[in-house]
Amino acid sequence: MPKIRNLLASACALAAVATPLAAQDTPIVFEGATIMTMAGETIENGALVIEDGKIVAVGTSVDIPSGAERRDVSGMVIMPGIVDTHSHIGGVSGADSSSPIQPEVRAMDSINPRDARIAKARAGGVTTANVMPGSGYLMSGQTFYMKLRDGETIEDIAYLWDDGTVMGGMKMANGTNPIRSTSGFPGTRAKSAALVRTRFVAAQAYCEGNKEKRDLANEALCEVLGGKRIVHFHTHRADDVMTAMRLRDEFGFRMVIQHGLEAYKVADRIAAANTPVSAILVDSPGGKLEAMGASLAAGGILERAGVLTALHSDDGIIDSRLMFRQAGLAVRAGMTREGALRALTVNGARMLGLDDRVGSLEPGKDADFLVLDGDPLSVYTDIRETWVEGEKLFDLSDPEQAIYATGGYGAGEDTMPGEVLDHGGDVLGGGQ
Amino acid sequence: MSARKFTIAAAIVASALSSTALAQDLVVRGERVYTMAGAAIENGVVVIEDGKIVAVGPEASTEVPEGYEQLSARVVTPGLVDAHTVVGLTGYSNQPDEQDFLETSSPIQPELRAIDAYNPDERLVDWVRGFGVTTLHTGHGTGALISGQTMVVKTVGLTVDDAMVERRAMVAGNLGPGALGNGGKAPGTRPKQIAMLREALLKAQAAPEKKDEKPKRDLQAEVMRDVLAKKLPLMITANRAQDIMGALRLKQEFDLDLVIDGAAEAYLLLDELRDAGVSVILHPTMTRQFGDYANASFTTAAALREAGIPFALQSGYEAYVPKTRVVLWEAGFAVGHGLAFEDALRTVTIDAARIIGVGDRVGSLEPGKDGDIAMFDGDPFEYTTHVTGVVIDGVVVSREAN
Repeated sequence: MPKIRNLLASACALAAVATPLAAQDTPIVFEGATIMTMAGETIENGALVIEDGKIVAVGTSVDIPSGAERRDVSGMVIMPGIVDTHSHIGGVSGADSSSPIQPEVRAMDSINPRDARIAKARAGGVTTANVMPGSGYLMSGQTFYMKLRDGETIEDIAYLWDDGTVMGGMKMANGTNPIRSTSGFPGTRAKSAALVRTRFVAAQAYCEGNKEKRDLANEALCEVLGGKRIVHFHTHRADDVMTAMRLRDEFGFRMVIQHGLEAYKVADRIAAANTPVSAILVDSPGGKLEAMGASLAAGGILERAGVLTALHSDDGIIDSRLMFRQAGLAVRAGMTREGALRALTVNGARMLGLDDRVGSLEPGKDADFLVLDGDPLSVYTDIRETWVEGEKLFDLSDPEQAIYATGGYGAGEDTMPGEVLDHGGDVLGGGQ
Repeated sequence: MSARKFTIAAAIVASALSSTALAQDLVVRGERVYTMAGAAIENGVVVIEDGKIVAVGPEASTEVPEGYEQLSARVVTPGLVDAHTVVGLTGYSNQPDEQDFLETSSPIQPELRAIDAYNPDERLVDWVRGFGVTTLHTGHGTGALISGQTMVVKTVGLTVDDAMVERRAMVAGNLGPGALGNGGKAPGTRPKQIAMLREALLKAQAAPEKKDEKPKRDLQAEVMRDVLAKKLPLMITANRAQDIMGALRLKQEFDLDLVIDGAAEAYLLLDELRDAGVSVILHPTMTRQFGDYANASFTTAAALREAGIPFALQSGYEAYVPKTRVVLWEAGFAVGHGLAFEDALRTVTIDAARIIGVGDRVGSLEPGKDGDIAMFDGDPFEYTTHVTGVVIDGVVVSREAN
């Protein structure tokens, strides 16, 4: 048995090397499921057809391609894979403590594609994640848009721009986290804003110039100022949210409010400014001064104000396997069921600029989807399968994989993300 | 003022200050009532008089007094019991001046009392009460070899005395990396931890009792002697298998009333735990699987149940955001990972109450017990269900839908 498994494994490895993007070439039809496409009404007793890692059809009556493998998934629910708009899986790190603004630093240079946390996130239904450096800096570096393929290198699990380079955003932060007594770091909120403004003014001069002399930091900032690289702005208190939007308006970058625990207090201003919020709902308020106003009602309030709202894990703050639970809590406190499920999928894809590829089940999009055995928001429901680009990368019925859904000996050691270490992770890890 | 008048006035003041003065007579109906003392009752009713339960049964056959306030809910359970937390000793703002669950000046300090640190006005007390939690086993936390005492309180009251159920519940200890000394201070290793604990217990055993002299007070030794006399259980937080075994060896050597807390790797030691006859207060089921909890599993609660080991669930300790967990949701998560519904409910009601030593007062809906009730508009463990009301000692303390 082990021999056969090894043979299979090496065959798979060869196949992956030979045709990395077309591993699934036999069309597969999933029939009989309740399909929540996130692009319109839920389809009862529908069919999903995938081929070459893409969705080719979804609906109640679809053409079955010749030679297609047919799978009866009656009683199951199929929905898009989760787009986690803020995660720290893979042992990610970014800036070091030498300065508060380090746009040249790339998350992709730190991530371990073999980190157990990635397999666990997949078991939790996550198929795309914005993996970010921490918030202890005004600008801690370039984020990494991860597609949770079964990859061996960072390139294997990357989204790419049209020019073939690795895709991501830019992590910024305000409020208390970047304020430190270290030399060069801000001591107040006003200083934080002034340092950021000064840096962007300098970048504007570089970007408008001939750019003959290469400068990694300025090049990244030109991508921010040009709108290619979205700013993911860690901010909590309502006034800090407004400061982030003020900076955005001054320099014209694209921005997602990250966390925004008090964003609900200025929901109408955020909606008016058409700014997306990548939110997190935590089990209780507090844990730090800026989190004292946290509310489970935030999701519903933002939704009703018309804000494009996603829910994220901030893994390890919330384990990636608890994403549906968070959506359930959002509904408990006033978000619509549809809105909460969109907040896990298509809304996140939109705010990351990936909605042409993922976030909903529509022809032409990546075949990233989940097979669940019931209501996604129920505690009694399990994720049976996670598919990424037409490949089944998590299967609960396989005990060797099921362990990633639960943890325990054999689930592998996770790499502690720097973000967690920065804010009490040593404590989280060691008991107290 | 005559003596008689004065007595009456004093009685009025005293009763106004004590929680029982507010206790009401109350009737709570539930489409389903989980008493945790027998099968669930369809269309059941709980009658509370003077803060105590006087009757529980089917509505059709239970005499309901007239004139009492009447509440109703889809599902009625006993008020929830959090078997281990530091709520009330760790403030939600997480600023140093309100973190009183751990004193690091010395590794062994059993004389530290929870009653001297508990803040009943802390917002997290209010928060967990809103989700049905009526009883807390709280006090000194993990992070020291012996961090101090714990107590049991209700989630009400202006003062700790108002809230009090049990002033001394357990002595809290911790083995493993979480309780190592910093900066070269002892204990620096696991064997040193065990050696220091054995020394402390031996010292308490050997304390002299001279007949003629009034014994010299020693607060530490007094507590440790109560541990040795099984007047106080020793609750040892141990997560790795070797730390759990270390705790079991201590129990055997000193014949202790031992409770294993945390127990992340308990699923490796089910026979050993059962044979030792210990109870387990399991870590939050959703605990982060890092560090000491790297091998924690979402299915440990189900494994303990299957092995027949008495256990309860806890909200535990949170160092950062969120500042506390809610034990209702930890139990719900266990249900999602193989624990049967009523078994999960037991872990946050009657089993929790028994393990923390207050099973005669709370944890089930039976005549004579405290009138502590949680009400729900659906399956209590579904994330989307709301807690619709909370009653403590017959007083409705929350009417909001949470």
